[in-house]
Amino acid sequence: MLHEPATPAGKDPASPFKVRLGIWMFLAYALFYASFVAINLLKPQAMAEVVFAGLNLATVYGFALIIVALAEALIYDWLCRRKEAYYKNLEKGQE
Amino acid sequence: MAILIFVLFVVLVVGLSFYLGNKTRTSSGYYAAGGKIHWGVNGIAFAGDYLSAASFLGICGLIATIGYDGFLYSIGYLAGWVVALFVVAEPLKRLGKYTFTDAVDANYNSRGIKLAAAISTLVVSICYLIPQMVGAGVLVEPLLGIPHAWGVLMVGAIVITIVATAGMASTTYVQFLKGALLIIFSTILVGAVVARGLTTHPDQGGKVELYPYAKLAATRSGADIQVADPAYTVVEIQQVKGGLEFVRLQKDGKDSWWHAVESDGGLTLEEGQYVVVRPDGKWINGAPASESNQLRQVGNLEAVRGETNVKTGPLSVFEFLADITDKGTLVKTWKSSAFTDSEGHKVTVYYPKLVSGDRIMRPGLKFKLEGTFFERLDFLSLMLALFLGTAALPHILIRYYTVPSPASARKSTIVAIAAIGFFYILTLFMGLGAMVNGSLNPADSNMAAPLLARSFSEILFAVISAIAFATVLGTVSGLIVAASGAVAHDLFDRFFKFKMDDRQKVRAGKISAFVIGGIAILLGILFKGMNVSFLVGLAFAVAASANLPAIVMLLFWKKTTARGIAASILTGMLSSLALIALSPELYTLYGLNPLDAPIPISNPGIISIPLSFITLVVVSLLTQKTKSAA
Repeated sequence: MLHEPATPAGKDPASPFKVRLGIWMFLAYALFYASFVAINLLKPQAMAEVVFAGLNLATVYGFALIIVALAEALIYDWLCRRKEAYYKNLEKGQE
Repeated sequence: MAILIFVLFVVLVVGLSFYLGNKTRTSSGYYAAGGKIHWGVNGIAFAGDYLSAASFLGICGLIATIGYDGFLYSIGYLAGWVVALFVVAEPLKRLGKYTFTDAVDANYNSRGIKLAAAISTLVVSICYLIPQMVGAGVLVEPLLGIPHAWGVLMVGAIVITIVATAGMASTTYVQFLKGALLIIFSTILVGAVVARGLTTHPDQGGKVELYPYAKLAATRSGADIQVADPAYTVVEIQQVKGGLEFVRLQKDGKDSWWHAVESDGGLTLEEGQYVVVRPDGKWINGAPASESNQLRQVGNLEAVRGETNVKTGPLSVFEFLADITDKGTLVKTWKSSAFTDSEGHKVTVYYPKLVSGDRIMRPGLKFKLEGTFFERLDFLSLMLALFLGTAALPHILIRYYTVPSPASARKSTIVAIAAIGFFYILTLFMGLGAMVNGSLNPADSNMAAPLLARSFSEILFAVISAIAFATVLGTVSGLIVAASGAVAHDLFDRFFKFKMDDRQKVRAGKISAFVIGGIAILLGILFKGMNVSFLVGLAFAVAASANLPAIVMLLFWKKTTARGIAASILTGMLSSLALIALSPELYTLYGLNPLDAPIPISNPGIISIPLSFITLVVVSLLTQKTKSAA
């Protein structure tokens, strides 16, 4: 590397796992988001259907896109921390 | 009182910046706050950076005028953080030093990348700065009673002071403070909205009775129109593009403009509001404009679930949305049309249009989802740019360098998603609240949220306005740090290789901040009147086209070359800018007919993002041999 980061990061053996996990979680969310856009484009009237507590599909799906983003983020962080802890313990064991 | 609270808030923000400024001595401190910010603080500061004038003023204004279509911006802006978290956060933190350019250039040390990425950072930051400055002018105008241009100038001066004193450290704490306050007070405002419930006769908290807009029966004979009420005489009839017809009537020597509406029951003239620009000044609703004669605030329900005289009292959040969503609910929305009258005066008429609740609460009022191929493509293009734009915004990316580790970068992004997601849910309630509580200025949707707050109390209005103003200050500060980093660090230090010690680098950053701040002030004055969220949508498209392909491909495609990255950045940036410049929306701004625009869509992402990706792949494949030498 020719230009070092402001705060140098140590070696992270969990990095490949995190990258793979990130891509899969991104793809899952992208599919969810794309479905929302597709319904709007292909069957926009469906968005007016009342689906829950007097709320229509547009409102429920819109809120779901926000809530699922947070849920996925928390799951991602939990899995990353677990993997980081695993390698940390492994390192300690080797010492 | 309102002014006092406002001034106190601004003094607090600038004072904090000076205090932190005394601690900044190094370029690492100026550009990356020394990389020592706690991830929790950085997460809320992310929210502060991101919840700009566009989110707070623009989205609430859009929802208040076009219903659910405005909420699509909230959804898209939030979804973009998923890309930032899963794809960009940790790898980017590992790559960079201070700026976006550092990150994309980390493995190449290429002059081409440095130049292209620095220009792109500058362009995206300036595109993003315009709506913030427009929002600043909009806010200050009613609050302090000073013209738009002076408001923009004031913001520019304060922000330049903030940035020039301490750079990223002060910007971060200002953003943290502002982001937290914005979420707290927006929650209070939404609580007040649902506690008030819905009514067909909103009175702005008992201050202003709902104006009873009149309707007149009329008949048409050939090209003429006759009004049934003999007190009125028809002066002129104007046919306007879009099949609209406006009639100028005279009663007791006073002129007024009415919207002609054909229905099964015959012809009806509906009263609206109007502004006429005459040689002796601006006239509003038949009298000279003055402090006491302004456009009336609008927006109300004509019926709730089919009933026309309703006051629901407190509602739950679900009941509030469900009542508006009902087919029997009728919302009086407002549209505008401009034309020149028979005397050569420019006239703008604001006229009401009833829309059912189920139509308001689903997409389609602005984005024509059942329209032509290009209208639907425009929607797809916007949603793509919003999704991919966040992770490519330079002022967001540089915040990853303020935390100590890649894990902190990840955690701060999650805090940001929680805070921003919660806020975006609130925008739906604030926007709809403004739409049904008579809190809309028909000439400028950007003030919907502060005016909604004013319908509850002057103090809440002052606090919300002060926070919105700090929102602008914070976001503009972040943008100017990013842009000054592009000029001083990427161009002067790394591209032109000027010999500078650490103090000189900081000084170069501060001088750049002054110049960019000046440009932002000028553009903020020029773009007055455009919805700020629409302008931010365009900035997202430029960022997603110019920067995202470079970031993604350098992380995930081993054949990426320096020339491929530089070509992709330039292609994405130039193509998106050219498509915007030739779009219908910009043709309207130029004063030309939008139907004559050579590009039929207003959002360029659907063309420019794939073009940028393709350019990167093709150029990289063609320059494989030069990969190491580039």
